[in-house]
Amino acid sequence: MIHSLFLINHLGDIFLEKHWKSVISRSVCDYFFEAREKAVDPENVPPVLQTPHHYLISIYRGKLFFLSVIQTEVPPLFVIEFLHRVADTFQDYFGECSESVITDNLVIVYELLEEMLDNGFPLATESNVLKEMIRPPNILRSVVNTLTGGSNVGETLPQGQLSNIPWRRAGVKYANNEAYFDVTEEIDAIVDKSGTTVSAEIQGVIEACVKLSGMPDLTMSFMNPRLLDDVSFHPCVRFRRWESERVLSFIPPDGNFTLMTYHISSQNLVAIPVYVKQSINFFEAGSCGRLDITIGPKQTMGKTVEDLKVTIHMPKAVLNANLTATQGNYTYDCTTKMLVWDIGKLNPQKLPNLRGSLSMQTGVPNPEENPSLNIDLKIQQLAISGLKVSRLDMYGEKYKPFKGVKYVTKAGKFQVRT
Amino acid sequence: MTDSKYFTTTKKGEIFELKAELNSDKKEKKKEAVKKVIASMTVGKDVSALFPDVVNCMQTDNLELKKLVYLYLMNYAKSQPDMAIMAVNTFVKDCEDPNPLIRALAVRTMGCIRVDKITEYLCEPLRKCLKDEDPYVRKTAAVCVAKLHDINAQLVEDQGFLDTLKDLISDSNPMVVANAVAALSEIAESHPNSNLMDLNPQTINKLLTALNECTEWGQIFILDCLANYTPRDDRESQSICERVTPRLSHANSAVVLSAVKVLMKFMEMLPKDLDYYGTLLKKLAPPLVTLLSAEPELQYVALRNINLIVQRRPEILKHEMKVFFVKYNDPIYVKLEKLDIMIRLASQANIAQVLAELKEYATEVDVDFVRKAVRAIGRCAIKVEQSAERCVSTLLDLIQTKVNYVVQEAIVVIKDIFRKYPNKYESVIATLCENLDSLDEPEARAAMIWIVGEYAERIDNADELLESFLEGFHDESTQVQLQLLTAIVKLFLKKPTETQELVQQVLSLATQDSDNPDLRDRGYIYWRLLSTDPVAAKEVVLAEKPLISEETDLIEPTLLEELICHIGTLASVYHKPPSAFVEGSRGVQHKRLPGSTESGESESPDTTSAAAVSDAPPAVIPSQGDLLGDLLNLDLTPPTTTGPPPPASSGMQMGAMDLLGGGLDSLLGGDLGGSPAIGAGFGAPPAAMPASFSAPVSGGLDDLFDLGGGVGMPMGAYSAPKTVWLPAMKAKGLEISGTFARRSGVIQMEMTLTNKAMSVMTDFAIQFNRNSFGLAPAGPLQVLTPLNPNQSIEVTLPLNTVGPVMKMEPLNNLQVAVKNNIDVFYFSCQYPISMLFVEDGKMERQVFLATWKDIPNDNEAQFQIKDCHLSSDAASNKLQGSNIFTIAKRTVDGQDMLYQSMKLTNGIWVLAEMRVQAGNPVYTVSLKCRAAEVSQWVFQSYEAVLKN
Repeated sequence: MIHSLFLINHLGDIFLEKHWKSVISRSVCDYFFEAREKAVDPENVPPVLQTPHHYLISIYRGKLFFLSVIQTEVPPLFVIEFLHRVADTFQDYFGECSESVITDNLVIVYELLEEMLDNGFPLATESNVLKEMIRPPNILRSVVNTLTGGSNVGETLPQGQLSNIPWRRAGVKYANNEAYFDVTEEIDAIVDKSGTTVSAEIQGVIEACVKLSGMPDLTMSFMNPRLLDDVSFHPCVRFRRWESERVLSFIPPDGNFTLMTYHISSQNLVAIPVYVKQSINFFEAGSCGRLDITIGPKQTMGKTVEDLKVTIHMPKAVLNANLTATQGNYTYDCTTKMLVWDIGKLNPQKLPNLRGSLSMQTGVPNPEENPSLNIDLKIQQLAISGLKVSRLDMYGEKYKPFKGVKYVTKAGKFQVRT
Repeated sequence: MTDSKYFTTTKKGEIFELKAELNSDKKEKKKEAVKKVIASMTVGKDVSALFPDVVNCMQTDNLELKKLVYLYLMNYAKSQPDMAIMAVNTFVKDCEDPNPLIRALAVRTMGCIRVDKITEYLCEPLRKCLKDEDPYVRKTAAVCVAKLHDINAQLVEDQGFLDTLKDLISDSNPMVVANAVAALSEIAESHPNSNLMDLNPQTINKLLTALNECTEWGQIFILDCLANYTPRDDRESQSICERVTPRLSHANSAVVLSAVKVLMKFMEMLPKDLDYYGTLLKKLAPPLVTLLSAEPELQYVALRNINLIVQRRPEILKHEMKVFFVKYNDPIYVKLEKLDIMIRLASQANIAQVLAELKEYATEVDVDFVRKAVRAIGRCAIKVEQSAERCVSTLLDLIQTKVNYVVQEAIVVIKDIFRKYPNKYESVIATLCENLDSLDEPEARAAMIWIVGEYAERIDNADELLESFLEGFHDESTQVQLQLLTAIVKLFLKKPTETQELVQQVLSLATQDSDNPDLRDRGYIYWRLLSTDPVAAKEVVLAEKPLISEETDLIEPTLLEELICHIGTLASVYHKPPSAFVEGSRGVQHKRLPGSTESGESESPDTTSAAAVSDAPPAVIPSQGDLLGDLLNLDLTPPTTTGPPPPASSGMQMGAMDLLGGGLDSLLGGDLGGSPAIGAGFGAPPAAMPASFSAPVSGGLDDLFDLGGGVGMPMGAYSAPKTVWLPAMKAKGLEISGTFARRSGVIQMEMTLTNKAMSVMTDFAIQFNRNSFGLAPAGPLQVLTPLNPNQSIEVTLPLNTVGPVMKMEPLNNLQVAVKNNIDVFYFSCQYPISMLFVEDGKMERQVFLATWKDIPNDNEAQFQIKDCHLSSDAASNKLQGSNIFTIAKRTVDGQDMLYQSMKLTNGIWVLAEMRVQAGNPVYTVSLKCRAAEVSQWVFQSYEAVLKN
């Protein structure tokens, strides 16, 4: 099981360690630092490392490494999932997951880690249960605590741990009963230089914010549930109902949670909202290059494309860029070689264009590699797969809740090759 | 109000100050002080000196303070064991607390205090907590047993905690079940033989029920535990699969992967024609694909596992190629894994797409990735034959980029392509040679040298190229040195006249100036070979190399089976069996996949589970047996003809006698004409090539197996020694001798072509006239290198029986035309009809009887075989090697009657009755066949087989 946890910042300092069994010297991290050195970029550190006596499994989140040490055969996915859960919990408790916020709340962090794992076994990882035992910090509470001598540790037994629905705490009460669902779809696509789609898929997620009193039992049905054949659910969803009727039936956790994620991979269902016309050339003579990019709408289902942004990682030899954008503005960072063109809203009447010259380092052979264009975009009020929630019903409680569903489509890993 | 304030005291007397605050009367101040202590502890400061003061704060009603003190205790009890005893009383008291949260907290903390002295005090409270009315306490206590076991295993066993823990598997609360399973699995890991997890259908049922209701982490433990179970039959296996499949839609990827493990394992038991089997296969793909949209770390582990799954069951993901396409911002470790899987999934259907992607990757920035992409192109060429041409042209394009590391990788893979498709793409050699100077990596240099040596006869300046490498011989890596040595020897054997000096130079460099024993040994071996028998040297050095297989990096099947049982574990990430690397694996169990029961030979559940649990590696031993069996079968198929031993020429003996002496130097020295030893060195090979000269090593092997033949192993098909078919005087110097053989079900014509003319012979081709059984060459005559004067070459020509048919006289006559650059020559030969006996010529007894009666007596022919001293069993063994199968044996009055059948390639059955009288060297064979005219030739075969 998980033996120890080290939190390491991007400078390579260990700023927190926690041992669930015996203490392991932090020198074990030296193996990790070695790998970190070799990988150059922090993203490229291999997640599973073998050392003579231990295994190091790490994740990289918010410029921090969460490094766990294990000694026996443990499913690595279990460890990685758990580490992400730790990071999620910090995010949930403190609003962000950074070194400063963790050191500011060290005691709570330590208490949390103690509650989440016992002897390496996960104990309480549901945010609801944790919050019942260890209250998240907020200004009001700390004032009250100082005045009354109260503490942020709950006095009660976390009831949820014992029921069949461990994700929901008992006795929830709200003045306004509301349930909101955000359907977010991200398009992952690779488009080649001729504009043909090499691969395209949709990663969808339904995030929920449910603030309902008592024990509501919800049923969500879709207009077109046939779209969903590859899904993963929050444990609260009754899988049998889904199998037989294609409806989501569940008693929701209290507050924010991810109801389901889904994956649509069949290419004909994935619409590519924009097209890109580009030419990037480097010339041997005169050590310069030309760049010309135009973006236009393709399959937007009549909606407006917003927050359009193009990011290009230029080859090392490109020293500077001298370009003109018909819309939005561009920046070129000569140290990271990142060209960012922030376009904003896409106007179908007047297509945005970026063109101009690139100055290159002299005496260096022409770059072999062609830079890829990374596209960011957002389309409000549209799930690009066409998924639509048809209705949401509540059983088990008397009151009438306020319900809402929001759709948004974003570009995930959307890249255009040149 | 943040906790960073706890770090503000950096004055000298920090510990002192804290001590004062801990002993303060004010509750609030005390708590603040404990918080400060904890904060210091978390960042690794040593605050153990405060132990007694902190423990004093333990007696409190304040839950938070209590928790904080517990935290401190867990960290420092080990360093202050005597002090820790002070805390025992509080623990015992807290275990009786009315609040289950306190009880659970106490039992939890207790287990974390790793001090021997304390543990014995804790047994009683723990026993109580294991039977607590509150499931929260029970589940915490279950984990505590595992903790205690880690500290003092004997104590746990003596106190009977293990049995209590086993009872908890039947607890009503799923969370308790999950924790009990987790604790037991952890304990079992250090006790591989204890049979703690006594899995039977009842417990399995309980686990499956708990599976639906416990937390995601509990599900992982339960699924991992289920995976160790071996179902009794396919029905049970299916019902478990049905109950596990919903887990595939879980949001936690570890749950998904553990479920995949269970399904992959139990699927082995399902009959393939079952509808459910197909449904299950379809259900496995989406969750695996979904794992790839998670965080990169998860993706990595998932990809490593998918790599295994794809090798075991490629059908699951064969349509999902696109999800493995690499995005340029994937971390490098994900990119490399995706690439690996892309190649595994590459097939004729998707190869165009894959190649386009690979070409794209080859222009990326990351050097490691580009290298692997180039390699991948080569692997595609080897895997999908239809794409080879395109792959080669892609590689050539890449070489044109002149990017140093791309060129080197390309050359390395082109070498492999040459080995897979010899004599097909040699036109690219010129391009490769252009890039000779840019190669600086040993592997690329070695590959290039291999290519030059292998195709020396097609590269005009091969000697110059190799010579250029020789200049810095001692600075090269061993790999390159060895390759260079071999390449130059090859060159010498191909162009002996111009490369004397070169070969001498390299031999002396390797044998005299090198410290590397491998290099020296190889040098001496070549030297000895060249000096004693250049023909043999040629046979060895220029031997036809086996084609490389499609996938050289496939995981060995038994290991793969074991790894499939370990999906989701570290073993699956490292692709090594757990026993190979898990620290302190005190006898890790070797797991294996359950066999399918559809054959009806299902093992009884007892034996299988025993095998799965036992310490011995059951997966390995039977497979070794199989392997051995295979090997024997494999090697037995070639005939055991041991032709006349190669005649030792006088020159050979001379060379052998004074091997390393001056004679050798003079032999290799400049005066080719003079020395008598030259005759052995470069002169004519022995005129009549011995028939089975080809492999001295395998000859020895054959002898070995000859011995083995007595142990009831069928012997190889008999084939006659070679006879001269076409004498040299009739064919302008070309002499052909040959024989026929049937090996592994393929009819082969084995020929020795000898050039006895004065000029080089090239462009060989062969054709057959129409014949009785439609024999025809299955491929062209493989004479690749020109045949030099006085040289001879062994050729094996596979034959098939789909050629045009015409009845010949005699029946087994074959008219052959051989062409070379000089002329076309004709000869005819007769093949033994036993070559045409197929492997499935064993008739059913009943059919035999009926057929025997059915064939008119007119068609019966009787022959006698004289002077045969074999027993009837030995004879039948011998005959079986030639596909004459004994169906039944009867003994009447001391006379053995053997009933035999054989089938010809054209479907004609021949039935035989052979009578063997003990002590009488005359056998009587009666043959019955619908086509009576073959009987005579069958009889001849009988005679030939039995007498050899």
